Amino acid sequence: MRVAAPPAKPHAAARTEQIILFRISGQPFAVSSASVQEVRSVDSLSGAATEINQPTLRKVRHVVRRGDKALYVVSGAAHFGLPAAAAGLVFVLRKTRTALLVDGIDKMATMTRLQSLPLAYCHEERAWYRGLTALDQNVIPVVNPEGFLTADEFALLDASLVPESLPDELPGEGMELPE
Amino acid sequence: MIQPVESTSQSFVLLRLGERRFAVAAVQISELVAPSRIFRFPHRTPKLEGVILRRGRIVPVCDVAEKLLGKGLTSRRFYLIAVRHYGDKSEWVALPVTGDCELIAAEMTNAGEADAPHVAGWISHNGEVIEVLNLDALTPGAEELPISTGAADVLEARP
Repeated sequence: MRVAAPPAKPHAAARTEQIILFRISGQPFAVSSASVQEVRSVDSLSGAATEINQPTLRKVRHVVRRGDKALYVVSGAAHFGLPAAAAGLVFVLRKTRTALLVDGIDKMATMTRLQSLPLAYCHEERAWYRGLTALDQNVIPVVNPEGFLTADEFALLDASLVPESLPDELPGEGMELPE
Repeated sequence: MIQPVESTSQSFVLLRLGERRFAVAAVQISELVAPSRIFRFPHRTPKLEGVILRRGRIVPVCDVAEKLLGKGLTSRRFYLIAVRHYGDKSEWVALPVTGDCELIAAEMTNAGEADAPHVAGWISHNGEVIEVLNLDALTPGAEELPISTGAADVLEARP
């Protein structure tokens, strides 16, 4: 039965964006490759990270010094409320002091259209995602790199740091991505 | 003397949820489609199951049975795709239903103050009094919770 359809929006000029398809606790996600500064193995973090214990912010368990900045390592599983799973990689995200623990990378792909999150979604997820993209008959949420920690959460984490306790910068073994 | 009465009959789609029937104004209905794959991803909005792909659009699936019947649906036969208004914007939302839908014409009695917000009014059909649903109140939307939506309005891919 078809009665009426809301008018479709006119197509904008086709633009594409390179994305990284990855998984957290088995759940697929995408992130713009331009948002990822480095991809590192979790093992490479082990000597560089300091534990951080903020009871109200369980998704952040480690902090790493990066130059004069503190880089907070966010558990993707805890952030999204997914079952805990062993992370294999960490994405160091650009323009935010966040690194994201993920299971691993599925592949790189080209996104031709990013649809905004339907307005029915009206809670924290609006900050989590830039939108959704349809790829190979799948719908993948495209994460917002700035949506993992709020300004208040950064302030809380910064306040809990003891400056001397931060180890030096991350050692090698990472894969730096071009901007 | 009999006064001429102006007809206020409107079209409604009757939908079935379990043992009960509800109505939605036909102008709000886009189509009735067979269930298709639901894509799920983490979120915190109650009642939303995920999204389906329909005509190139990503449509959220909202199970309204819990609110209307007090329990979720154990089976579903179709998705009724309806237009949901969010202020001056409108988007499709897919409502799982358990039986065939029917297009009827009826006169609606507006909801009273005692009715729940999701009741737009009442119609009478075949001796049955049926709730007309206000989808804008029944399904979740951004007006429910003020959350920063800095990333929400991106529509096309950014280079």
